Amino acid sequence: MIHAYQIVVLAPYVAALVLVAIPGYRVGAIANVLASGVTFGAGLWLIGSARRVGDYAIVDEFNIVFIAINTLVGFTTALFSASYIGHEIETGRLPSSFVRFYHAMFQAMMGSMNLALIANNIGVMWVGLELATLITVVMVGLYRTPQAIEAAWKYFILASVGISLAFFGTILIYLAGQPALGEGVPAMTWSLLQAAATRLDPAILDLAFIFLLIGYGTKVGLAPLHAWLPDAHAEGPTPISAVLSGLLLNVALYILLRFKMIVAGQPAALDPGPVMIVMGLVSLIFAAFMLYQRRDIKRLFAYSSIEHMGLMVFAFGMGGPLANFAGLLHMAMHSLTKSGIFFAVGHIAQAKGTQRIAEITGLSVTHPRLAVVFALAVLAICGMPPFGVFASEFLILTTTFAREPWLALLPAFGLLVGFGALLMRLQGTIFGEPVGPAHRVDASSVPMVLHLLLVLTAGIYLPPMLVVWFRRAAELLG
Amino acid sequence: MNQAYEVSHLLAGAMLVTSFALLYQERIAAVLNAFAAQSITLALAVAWAAWSQDRPDLFITALIALVLKGIVIPVALHRTVQRLGIHREVEKVVGVGIALVVGLALTGLAQALVLKVAHATASHAREELALALAIILLGFLMMILRRNAVTQVVGFMSMENGLILAATGARGMPLVVEVSVAFSVLITLFVFAVFVFRIRERFDTIDIEALDRMRGDRR
Repeated sequence: MIHAYQIVVLAPYVAALVLVAIPGYRVGAIANVLASGVTFGAGLWLIGSARRVGDYAIVDEFNIVFIAINTLVGFTTALFSASYIGHEIETGRLPSSFVRFYHAMFQAMMGSMNLALIANNIGVMWVGLELATLITVVMVGLYRTPQAIEAAWKYFILASVGISLAFFGTILIYLAGQPALGEGVPAMTWSLLQAAATRLDPAILDLAFIFLLIGYGTKVGLAPLHAWLPDAHAEGPTPISAVLSGLLLNVALYILLRFKMIVAGQPAALDPGPVMIVMGLVSLIFAAFMLYQRRDIKRLFAYSSIEHMGLMVFAFGMGGPLANFAGLLHMAMHSLTKSGIFFAVGHIAQAKGTQRIAEITGLSVTHPRLAVVFALAVLAICGMPPFGVFASEFLILTTTFAREPWLALLPAFGLLVGFGALLMRLQGTIFGEPVGPAHRVDASSVPMVLHLLLVLTAGIYLPPMLVVWFRRAAELLG
Repeated sequence: MNQAYEVSHLLAGAMLVTSFALLYQERIAAVLNAFAAQSITLALAVAWAAWSQDRPDLFITALIALVLKGIVIPVALHRTVQRLGIHREVEKVVGVGIALVVGLALTGLAQALVLKVAHATASHAREELALALAIILLGFLMMILRRNAVTQVVGFMSMENGLILAATGARGMPLVVEVSVAFSVLITLFVFAVFVFRIRERFDTIDIEALDRMRGDRR
C-alpha cells in the first residue's frame, strides 16, 4: 500500500527523471505542470489521511501545514513558469537547450524540499534541505551573466558554510541523544529525541542549538547571515525567486523549529525563545531600513522576505499557542503573497524589459490590469486590511502586546518602516509618466490572481476547519 | 581499548596539523598537496574507526575519502590550475603570521568549548570532536582568508573533512549520514567545477576579486 506521504516525495523525483528525457519546451512545460499537480493532489490527500510517526517519516499537524503550502505554491509556480520560460526563450535570455535541465531541476528541488519536510530523521532533514539548496544554486546561475554567476557563487559559499555548521549541530544533537537513546538510528530520530528531551545532555544541546541556529539561520535569511539572499533572488529566473522566497526559506525555518521543539523540551538547556526573538527583530528592522535603498525590484522584495522571515522567527521565539498560531498563519500568508508578488514582478520585468525600479513607471497607463494586481499584492504584503497578512501581523503584535507591551513596539516600528518604503516604491511604478518600452505580456496571470484571492479570502474569512488545524499545529510547537 | 584511542587521536591530530599546513602554503600546488595529505589521513582515521569500533560500513566512507578526496579531486584541481595557467602564488587577505595566530586561537577555542561543554560524553569521543571542530573552523578561516576560487574550494572541502571526522567520532552514527556526506561532496564538486569553469569563461580569471566588481545593485 502506497501512502500519500510517499507520493509527495517520490512523484517529483520520478518526474525529474522523466523530464530530463523530454527535449521539447512545450511538452516539458506541460509535463512539469502535470507532475506538480500530482504532488499537490498528494499534498491534499495527506491533509485528509491519518497522522503517523515512522522510523524515517513523520506526518503530524505541524509539517502538513508546510507540505500543503509547499505543494500548492509548487503547482502554481509550475503554471507560471510554463508561460514565463516560453517568453525567456523567445527573447533569447535562456538557451532552449537549458529548458529540459531547468524542468528536471525544478522537480528535483520540490522533491528535496518535501523530503526535508516529511523526514523524521534529523540527518535526512539535513540532506533534503542541502539538496534543495544546491539545486537552487545551479538555478540562480542559469542565465550565466556575470551578475548571475556572482550571485550564485556568493549563495554557494554562504550556503555551504551554513550547511557545514548545521551538520555539526546535527552531530552534536546525536551526541546529546546517544546516552539516553543508544547508538544508531534512534538517536537521530526526531520524534524519539523530542520524547526523551528531558534526558538529553543540556550542555551539548546548548552548543548544538547555537550551531543549528547559525547554520539553518543562514538559509532562513536571518541578518547578519542574509548576504546571499537578495542577489540570489535578483539574478535567478523569476519562478525560482518565487520558490526561494515562498518555500525554501520556510523549509529552513521548519527544520529550525523542529530543533527548537527538542531544545525547549529540556528545561536545563538554554531557552531558544529569547535568542530567536533577538535574531528575528534584528532581521526585521535591518531589512525594513534596507528597503529604502533598493534600485532593483526583485532585490526590493527579497529584502521584504528577510523582513517577514524576521517577524516569523520573532513570533515563534515568543512561543505559546497564540504567537505560534500567528507565526504559522503569517508563514502561510507570506508564502502565498510573496510568490504572487514575484509572479507579478516577472510580468513587469517582461513588460518593461528591465528590473530597475527607476525605469518602471506608469504601469497604470500601459498595463492597467497588471498594475491593479501588483498594487493589491504589494498592499497585501504591507499588511493592509482586508488581506490575510494584516490578520497575521495584527495577531503577532497583539499577542506580544498582551504579554510584553514594550517589546511589541519594536516589530511594530519595523513593519511601519517597511510599509513606508514599499508604498513609496509602489507609487513610482504604478503612477507617473510611462517611460521606455511597453511590451505585451504573454505570461499567464492566473497564478498571481489565485494567490491574491486566497490571501484575500483568508483575511476576510478563515474557515473554522483551518483555524482548528493551525491551532493544533501551534500546540505541537509548544 | 586504550591503543585504539591513541591511534585515532594521533590521526585526528595529524589532520589538524595538515589544516595548519593548508594555511601557510604560498603556492596553489602545495595547497592541493596538503589537502590530499589531509584527506588520506582522514581515510586512515575513518578506516581505523571502522576496524576498532567493528563497523565495516565505515570502510566505504574511508574508501570514498581516499579515492575521491585524496586522489581524484587533487589531481583534477592540479590539472585545472595548470590549464588555467595560475600555478603561481596563493592570493591572501592577510599574511601567514596573522593567519597562523588566528588559527591557533580558533583551535584553542574549539578545545576549550568542546571539552567544557561535553564533559558527560565519553572522553574519546569528546577529544575527537574537539579536534574535528578545530579542523572545521580552520577550513572556515581558509575560506575567509583566501581570495582565489580554487583555494576557497579547498577550504570548503577541508571543512567537510572535519565534519566526517566528527561524524565517525560520534560512535554508531548511522551510515545514512556518511553516505549523504560523501554524496554531497560529489555534488558540491560538480557545482564547484562548473563555477570554476564559468568564472574563467566570463572573467579570464578565477580571482574572486573580479566578482566583487559586479555588485548587482550598482548597475
